[in-house]
Amino acid sequence: MNLVVKNIIRLILMLAIQVFVLNKVPPLHQFIVPYFYFVFLLWLPFKITRTALLFVAFGLGYLADIFYKTPGLHMAACVLIAYLRPPFIQLLLPKEATEWGNEEPSRKTMGQVPYVTYVVGLTLIHNFYLILLEWLQFGSFLYFIGKLLATTLVSLLLIIIADLLLSRNSRTR
Amino acid sequence: MRNVFLFLRRYSVFIIFLVMQIVALVMLFTNNRFHNTVFGMVSNEVSGNINKRVNRAEEFLSLSEQNKKLREQNAVLLSMLPSGILIPDSAYKLVTDTFKLDSLKEYRQYQYLSAKIISNSVFLQQNYIMLHRGSAEGVAPNMAVIGMDGIIGTVVHVSENMSLVMSLLNRQSKVIATLKKGSGLGEVSWDGKDPRYLVLTKIPKTVVVKKGDTVVSSPYSDKFPPGLPIGTVYKVEQDQETNTYILLVKTAVDFYNVQHAYAVKNLLQEEMNELKRKIIKE
Repeated sequence: MNLVVKNIIRLILMLAIQVFVLNKVPPLHQFIVPYFYFVFLLWLPFKITRTALLFVAFGLGYLADIFYKTPGLHMAACVLIAYLRPPFIQLLLPKEATEWGNEEPSRKTMGQVPYVTYVVGLTLIHNFYLILLEWLQFGSFLYFIGKLLATTLVSLLLIIIADLLLSRNSRTR
Repeated sequence: MRNVFLFLRRYSVFIIFLVMQIVALVMLFTNNRFHNTVFGMVSNEVSGNINKRVNRAEEFLSLSEQNKKLREQNAVLLSMLPSGILIPDSAYKLVTDTFKLDSLKEYRQYQYLSAKIISNSVFLQQNYIMLHRGSAEGVAPNMAVIGMDGIIGTVVHVSENMSLVMSLLNRQSKVIATLKKGSGLGEVSWDGKDPRYLVLTKIPKTVVVKKGDTVVSSPYSDKFPPGLPIGTVYKVEQDQETNTYILLVKTAVDFYNVQHAYAVKNLLQEEMNELKRKIIKE
């Protein structure tokens, strides 16, 4: 399948799952909120240029904000992880962007430990920034710390489940 | 000049990043007219159309529940009909020999516009409800929105066919409320913990409050018609620092399951605003 078509379908599916499934599941507690849609940015192919990545993140954040009705909140967090993603990958796997084919970050292409570091790091940064911005509008410090830890754990759990369910081996070149 | 271009080229990614962050943060922290038109209008229509489709499927699942509620409301309305009330024949005629002042003038204050709810959330920290009725059908920002059982929220953005309502279950919502049986002016907000309970603060400890007391909208509110139920007191707590209660209020409206709402238009709003403006000028 064409790489662009594949990613557009993935974008629609992930947003639909976030908005119409995850946001309608009753949470166990105020802090346990599932954020999953941003994983789309983590799973984009290695060879995407930095500028393109920023614009994709801007668009994704805007779409998420439309459904959350929080103008700019998710947009800011998405753009931040899109900006930090290339240096992060560079740090973990010192390799030129042009050396990659159509692969995307996964356990197979990056190796177990670098992939886990990559996912945990960016998830933490995304949720940290998102909840920090939320905290500036309302809530207390306890709210900030509690929600940061709980949401990050839930996001990671969802990513693990998604990685187990989908075998994302990009054989199509 | 050449150096400027070199600088721009070298740091282009960082500059794009900065611009995007600033755009996002400005959108988040300002609430001006520009943002309303750019974000409110376009996104309302887009997400409204998608939500409408999803809602059609969801609504089907709760048809019998909604049917039951409508039947109950019908029964209430039917029992209000004059034909259902027996008046003993003790009528007398009142004769007044002066005219009522300006008797032709209408004194209706509130007008109710029915609307269908097409999207709703209760599990986020900032919950909004979307109505399938917009500025073309008479909805305007700042109008109150009520359900069959009580208050739902306030209209914040309006587009042509949809309107966005800040639900009572929003960390930034504040409604003036009072206790039905006694005095005491308080403020209903939400602490974000449980969508079934709201928090009523600022009721002084001199007022006697018991579990089960009804909390209604205050007559001093300029949006909500007075006496509309908000909820019932579920738990009474004393605030140690101030001379007020912290009351946990069970919502009158079942926010998990609202499908229809009424936007309330205050016909005297313009006149009230005019008066208020006079004070501010002085």
